[in-house]
Amino acid sequence: MGEHERDDSEDEDGTGESPTNDGHRFDRLPATAEERVVPDRPTRREVLDWWDERFGVEPVVFDSHTFWERGDGKIWAFREELATPVEIEALGMTFLRTRQEHWKPTMAAIQRFGEHATRNVVHLDRERAAEFLAGRDQELDWDGDWGYLVVTHDLAGRPEPLGVGLYVYGELRSQVPKGRRRDLDG
Amino acid sequence: MDETGSSDVLARYEPLVDDVEAFRAACRRPLPSAVRVNTLRTTVERAPRALNAEGIDHERVAWHPHLLKLDGQSGANWPYVQGWLHGQEEVSALPARVLDPDPGQRVWDACAAPGSKTTQLAALMDDRGLVVATDDNLGRLSALRSNTERLGATSVAVTNEDARVHSLSPFGEEPYDRALVDVPCSCEGTVRKNPDTLAEWTLEHVLGIAGAQKGILRRAVQATRPGGTVVYSTCTFAPEENEGVLDYVLDEEPCRLVEFDLPLASSPGVTGWEGEEFDPSVARARRIYPHQNDTGGFFCAKLEVTG
Ligand SMILES: C[S@@+](CC[C@H](N)C(=O)[O-])C[C@H]1O[C@@H](n2cnc3c(N)ncnc32)[C@H](O)[C@@H]1O
Repeated sequence: MGEHERDDSEDEDGTGESPTNDGHRFDRLPATAEERVVPDRPTRREVLDWWDERFGVEPVVFDSHTFWERGDGKIWAFREELATPVEIEALGMTFLRTRQEHWKPTMAAIQRFGEHATRNVVHLDRERAAEFLAGRDQELDWDGDWGYLVVTHDLAGRPEPLGVGLYVYGELRSQVPKGRRRDLDG
Repeated sequence: MDETGSSDVLARYEPLVDDVEAFRAACRRPLPSAVRVNTLRTTVERAPRALNAEGIDHERVAWHPHLLKLDGQSGANWPYVQGWLHGQEEVSALPARVLDPDPGQRVWDACAAPGSKTTQLAALMDDRGLVVATDDNLGRLSALRSNTERLGATSVAVTNEDARVHSLSPFGEEPYDRALVDVPCSCEGTVRKNPDTLAEWTLEHVLGIAGAQKGILRRAVQATRPGGTVVYSTCTFAPEENEGVLDYVLDEEPCRLVEFDLPLASSPGVTGWEGEEFDPSVARARRIYPHQNDTGGFFCAKLEVTG
C-alpha cells in the first residue's frame, strides 16, 4: 500500500475541479457501467460490490440509499431520490472516497453502516480504542488483509463501530479525522 | 441599570409575567446542561447505561423520554463520540415535537444551523423522508454538517441561502409537508446560559431582526402545502419578535394559528403590546418563562397553511 491520505475533513471540497467532476454539485452515480457517462465515475454496482467484498456488508443494507459524487471521488449516501444533478451544500452523509487505488470509507459511514460488517473488523479494548480515537497509531497483531478495517469497541456492553483504521506493516493507523479526535481516558 | 451595569431589559417584560420575583430569580440561575439521546444510533435504555459506565451522573427529564440532564459538559465522552448523544437544552427540544413530522415526509428547517433541531427532526422521522436544512451562515453550516455526520442522519439536504428567498428547485419544486422556522432572535431567553446577551440588547436590533423574521416565516408558509404545518419558534420574550411577527404573517399569507398541547407549563401569547393590538388568535401561541419549568425562555407557535 502506498501513501494513504489522512482526511482532516471528510466533507469539505478542498480539491480543484476536474473536467469530469463539478466540485459544486452532486451527480448521481450511474447504476451500472452501461449507464456511465462520465468516465471513471464509480457505479452504484461497484460501490455495493466493494462494501460486500471488503466488509461483507450486503447490498440490501443500502437499498434505500442513493449514491452521489461531488468532486473527484467523493461519494455521498442520501436517503431520498432527487433529480440529478443537485447543486446544494450537502446531500446526506459523506460515505466513501474512491479517488485512490484503495477505496476508503468515511468514519460517518462506518459508524452508521459498520454494524453490518462481517469481515475486516478489528475489535479494540478500551485502552486501545482511546489511542485510536486520539488519532494515534498502534502496533497490532492482525493476520487478516492489509488495508482499511472497521474498528469496533464495546459500549454499554455491546460492540459498536467506531471508525476506520488502516492496517499496514504490523500497525493500525488511526484514520479518525482531526475534528473528531478526542483524548478520552481509557 | 441592574447589577451587571447594563440597562434592565427584563424589566420590560414584568407586566407580562405572573410572578416577577420568581422570573427574575430564575433568569439569574445558570441553566443545567441537557442532552438528547439520538435514537438513530441507540435507545433510551442503552444511552443511560453508557453514561453510567462512564461515571457521568444524569437524570431523566420527566416530560421528554429522550432528554437527560447531565452534571457537567456533554461533549467529551464515549457515547457522545459514538453519536448517541447531542447537547440540547430542554426547551430547544420542543418545536420539533410540536411540528411532529412523520417518516417519509418532506420537511424544511429554515434556520437550521447548528442542526440540533435538524437532527432531532431526522430522528423523529427515523431518517426516512427529506429534511432540507437551510442557513445563510456557512460557518454555522459546517457545525451542522459535523452534527448530521456524527449523529448519522442521511435524510438531510443542506442549502446555504437566505431563507427568505429559499428555492425549491433542487427539490423538484414540490412544497413541504412541514416547516420549522427557528429564527435568529434577540435571544433574551438564553440569559441563563449567556448572561451577556442582555448587555447587547437594543430596540433597533429587535425591530430589525423582526423584519427578517417576518420574511422567513412568510417564505415558510409559501413553501408549505395547503393543510401543512409550520412551527415558529424563538428564544426571546420580545412581543415584537413573537406575536408581532405572527400578526403580520396572518395578514399577508393564507394561514391560521392552531392550538397545541405542550408538556411544560406555559402562558398564552400576548394579544397586545405597547399600544399595539394583535390578531386575537396569537393567544394560541405559547410563551415559556424560565421560572415556570426551570428552563430557558421560549416562544412557540403552530400554524396551519390554509391555501
Ligand atoms: C436560533 S438559530 C437556529 C438554531 C437551530 N435551529 C438549531 O436548533 O440548532 C438561527 C439561525 O438562523 C440563521 N439565519 C439568520 N438569518 C437567516 C436568513 N435570512 N436565512 C437563513 N438563515 C438565517 C443564523 O445563521 C442562525 O444559525
